[in-house]
Amino acid sequence: MKGLSLFLGCLVPNRYPGIELATKLCLATLDIDCSDLPGASCCPAPGVFRSFDKTSWLALASRNIVLSEEMERDVLTICNGCFSTLADANHIIQDDEKAKEEVNIHLQKIGRKIKGNIDVRHIIEYLYQEFGPEKISSFVQRPLDIRIAVHYGCHLIKPTKERGLGSSERPVFFDELITALGATSVDYPDKMACCGAGGGMRSAMKEKSLKMTEAKLAKIQEADVDCIVNSCPFCHMQLDSGQDEIKELSGTEFEIPVLHYTQLLGLALGFPAEMLGIDIGIEKNRKLMELLDSRVKP
Amino acid sequence: MDKIPREDIDIKKQLKEVSTNALRCMQCGVCSSSCPSGRHTNLNIRKLVKNAGTNSDILKSEELWMCTTCYNCQERCPRRINIVDTVLEIRSISAHQGIILPEHRLVCQMLLKYGHAVPINDKYKIKRVEIGLEELPETVHKYTDSLNEVKELLTSCGFERFAENNTNEKQTTEITE
Ligand code: SF4
Ligand code: SF4
Repeated sequence: MKGLSLFLGCLVPNRYPGIELATKLCLATLDIDCSDLPGASCCPAPGVFRSFDKTSWLALASRNIVLSEEMERDVLTICNGCFSTLADANHIIQDDEKAKEEVNIHLQKIGRKIKGNIDVRHIIEYLYQEFGPEKISSFVQRPLDIRIAVHYGCHLIKPTKERGLGSSERPVFFDELITALGATSVDYPDKMACCGAGGGMRSAMKEKSLKMTEAKLAKIQEADVDCIVNSCPFCHMQLDSGQDEIKELSGTEFEIPVLHYTQLLGLALGFPAEMLGIDIGIEKNRKLMELLDSRVKP
Repeated sequence: MDKIPREDIDIKKQLKEVSTNALRCMQCGVCSSSCPSGRHTNLNIRKLVKNAGTNSDILKSEELWMCTTCYNCQERCPRRINIVDTVLEIRSISAHQGIILPEHRLVCQMLLKYGHAVPINDKYKIKRVEIGLEELPETVHKYTDSLNEVKELLTSCGFERFAENNTNEKQTTEITE
């Protein structure tokens, strides 16, 4: 098995640094060989940049992949958007000789060359395939006896022909990684529905995108869960900050805590909330932490 | 008959090319009924893809940008039409014609300037240090040479065109969130 390099993207280091720290703590605890990826840029985001111009999208994605190739490591992403861009770009480079040549003409100008000899992984997919739920449970210090609404997000599994993670209609692998931590993954209607942020919707048509988010949050609220767990900082932002934005727009209040899987895993591995960027200054998060404390099994 | 301007013939040709795949559409409506955006916006993906090859007005339609690229439609289409890929190609034709929403243009400016669609700011530099991380992450934010590489690469691809403001567009403020 090759070592990994951690691809941060934009949102994690620049808006949710807690997810970055949680990831690093989890990787170290699970003894996964993963190093930094110095000099990486925006993936670039699939929704906007791929829409505008495939050439620059592919070239910039390729530069990020090359940085990891030069370290002889596979790329590890913690964001569905980064995964979508880097995995799709990597497939294009590996399958289409002509596209690869064209990209290399651009890369040559900065003294780099893409080979197409590494893989792109997403942390959820990686943990499931390389560890599996059983092995993950063996690391749990603090079983999390809570009810969770898991949000897969679109680009972790779709398009399925590119991802190879099975059907997108009723996947279970993410749920299994949740139950491995002692928690219950609660089924809810429209579980596979989009958060509403993708495709440039959040940046350009925020109100419209929030309507999709509100519909999803309403279903989650009905399911009576303690928190939402996602695998993507962009979904994270939409489901989390989105709650405040919806409150302002329509007055509807959801007080549902939102965690990235690495933060949930970090809690189960025994790290305190503050180290995982779970802000207990936020009322809903404080309540979640109190609930967890009250349910610690002796 | 009115003469069609040359550029327009070219655009029509491009649109036709990217949507040949959609000619196999049997109008079953599975795509539209699976579309989360369509439930809350005007987007009718079945119509949009169906008309793509024949109507160049599509390039100016706001609906084109209402797709979140969730891939539900493409996954479920019984005719296996590459619906989302087609939408992306049409968006690209539109962007190359200079038709980009002002917010999206801003995101392009961010990428060119900082190498990130969402760059760091002072608030989050402080937050990083507070939780025990370095002020700047291990990205182009920390390494000027790397940022210059990104800029050079984008220039080589002619990316600047997407960041240039149209004169009739009002300048938007920077994203600070
Ligand atoms: S699902 Fe496919 S075949 Fe059916 S209307 Fe949509 S594009 Fe056409
Ligand atoms: S990919 Fe776009 S058009 Fe298709 S279902 Fe999702 S939002 Fe609708």
